[in-house]
Amino acid sequence: MKNRYLIFILIALSSISLFIGVKEVSIVDLYHLELDSIEILFLTRIPRLISIIVAGIGMSVSGLIMQQITQNKFVSPTTAGTINSAKLGILVSLMLFSSQNVILKMLIAFLFALLGSFLFMGVLKKIKYKNTIIIPLLGIMMGNVIDSITTFFGYKYDLIQNISAWMQGNLSMIIKGRYELLYISIPLVFIAFLYANKFTIAGMGEEFSTNLGLKYNNIVNLGVTIVALISSIIVITVGQIPFLGLIVPNIVSIYKGDNLNKNILSTSLFGAIFLLICDIISRVIIYPYEVSIGLTVGVIGSFIFIYLLIRRNK
Amino acid sequence: MIEAKKLVKKYGDNKVVNDVSFKLKKGKITSFIGPNGAGKSTILSIISRIIGKDEGEVFIDGKEISSWDTKELAKKVAILKQSNHINIRLTVRDLISFGRFPYSGGKLTSKDWELVDEAIRYMKLEDIQDRYLDQLSGGQRQRAYIAMVIAQDTEYILLDEPLNNLDMKHSVDIMKTLRRLVDELGKTVAIVIHDINFASCYSDYIVILKNGKIAKEGEVKEIIKREILEDIYDIGFDIYDIKNNKICVYY
Repeated sequence: MKNRYLIFILIALSSISLFIGVKEVSIVDLYHLELDSIEILFLTRIPRLISIIVAGIGMSVSGLIMQQITQNKFVSPTTAGTINSAKLGILVSLMLFSSQNVILKMLIAFLFALLGSFLFMGVLKKIKYKNTIIIPLLGIMMGNVIDSITTFFGYKYDLIQNISAWMQGNLSMIIKGRYELLYISIPLVFIAFLYANKFTIAGMGEEFSTNLGLKYNNIVNLGVTIVALISSIIVITVGQIPFLGLIVPNIVSIYKGDNLNKNILSTSLFGAIFLLICDIISRVIIYPYEVSIGLTVGVIGSFIFIYLLIRRNK
Repeated sequence: MIEAKKLVKKYGDNKVVNDVSFKLKKGKITSFIGPNGAGKSTILSIISRIIGKDEGEVFIDGKEISSWDTKELAKKVAILKQSNHINIRLTVRDLISFGRFPYSGGKLTSKDWELVDEAIRYMKLEDIQDRYLDQLSGGQRQRAYIAMVIAQDTEYILLDEPLNNLDMKHSVDIMKTLRRLVDELGKTVAIVIHDINFASCYSDYIVILKNGKIAKEGEVKEIIKREILEDIYDIGFDIYDIKNNKICVYY
C-alpha cells in the first residue's frame, strides 16, 4: 500500500473520529461557531485524536525498533518487560511521592522501563538457544514476574486500584491538560526516523555492523532508550495498549520488507490508523457508552497475531 | 599490508589461537586451511576487529588495529562471516547499498549508487536485485553478500567459509570471482576454506593451522604435499598433477 493512501485513510478516519461521541457535534455547528460544540472539540475530541495518533505511531515505531535490534519478529515493548517495568516505576513513584507531578512520574517510569529493557537485552545476550518463540516467551515471563512485584506492593500499600487503571489503555479520560506529555514522544519518533538506516544495519547483527564501521552497542542502546521513553510516556497518559507494537511492524514488513528507511513511515501511519479504527469501534459498539481501547485492541490484535503465527509456520 | 604478530586468543584457559604470526601478501589470495577448531575463523575475526585479541598485535598498513577508527577501517578491510541472516527481509539492492555505509552513512550519493550498480553487474545480480534475501537460494544470497563487500570497495577482503552450503557450480563461481577481484582489481583476499582442492586450485598462498598454531605456510606448490597434509589431517593423501593443478585424493 502506498503511503499516500495511508495518509488519505488517516485523514478520513480522523475526521470521522472528531464527530463521534455522546455529545452531538456537527460541521454545521462549527460553522455557526456554536460555543458548546467548539468547546467539546477542543477539550476532548482533538486531544483524544492527537493522543491516538501519537500513541499509535509511538507504539508501532517502538515495536519496529525492538524487533529490529533483537532480530526477532515477536519482540515488542509488551513482550520484553518494558511496559511492565514502566508500571512498576509508576507504582514506586506513587509510593515515594504521592503528589501528582507527572514529569516526575514519567522520569521514574522511564528509569524503570530502561532498566527492565536492558535486563531483557542482557538476558538475550546470555541465551545460546535463540529460538524465535522462546525469546518473546522469556520476555513475557520476565514481564509477569515484574507485574507480580507491582501487584504485591500495590495491595500492600492500597494502590491496587490505581494500578488497574493503567492495566488497560483507556482514552475516555483524555482531556485537555492530561495528555500533553505525549508530545515528548514526537521528537523521539523523529530521532528514530533519522537513525532508521543504522537500526537496519544493527538488525543484521554485531559482526555485520562492525564490518561496516557502525558502533553496534551505541545504536542498540539508543534504540532501547527511545523505546523505553516512548513506552513509559504512553503508559502514563493512555495506559497499556497490547499487541500494537507487535503486529503493526509485522504486517508492514510483509509488503515493505525490513529496511527501516523504507518501512518506518508506513509503520507509523499504519499504527495510527489501526489504533484509530480500534478507538472508533470502542466508541460505537455499546453507544452511548464505550469500552476501553485496550480491550478492543486486545481482541482484534490477538486474532491478527494468531494469523501472523499461522502464516509464518506455513 | 596486514601483519599479525604473536596473536593469542583464549576462551577460558583454552588458547584457541596460540602465538600466531603471519603477513598477508598484497594482491594475492591466501587460504587458511586446517582441521576443525584450529582457530582459522578466529584469526580472520581478529584481524578484522570483529573480536578482540588477548595478546599480540595486528598492523594494518603499518597502524595497530586498536588505533584505527572503526569507520575508516571499514573502508580498508571488509569481512564476511558465514552468513545466515535469513530472517531479515531486505532486497538484494538494499543489502549491497549498505556496503557504501562507511563512506556516506545513510545518504548515498549518485557515485555511491554507481558503485552499487557496478557491484550488482560484477556479481551478475541484475535480474534478482529487487528480490528479498529470504526468497533466494543459498548461492544467490552468498553472491549478494559478496557484492556488498565489493561495493564496500576495500583493499582487503576477508571471507569466512564462503563456499559453505554451496554446490560445485556456485563454489566455482565464487572462487573465480575472487580470482578476478585479485587479478583485475588488485584486491587482497584471505579466505577460510575446508575444501583443500579449491584452496589448491585458486589460491596463491596457503596457511595451515592446527591446534591454534601455524603448522605450515607457503606457496601452493610448497604446501600441497603428501607428507605435510597427512601429518595435519591424520588421513592418507594421494596428490596428482592435473592440468597444472595439484589435486588431492583422500576419499
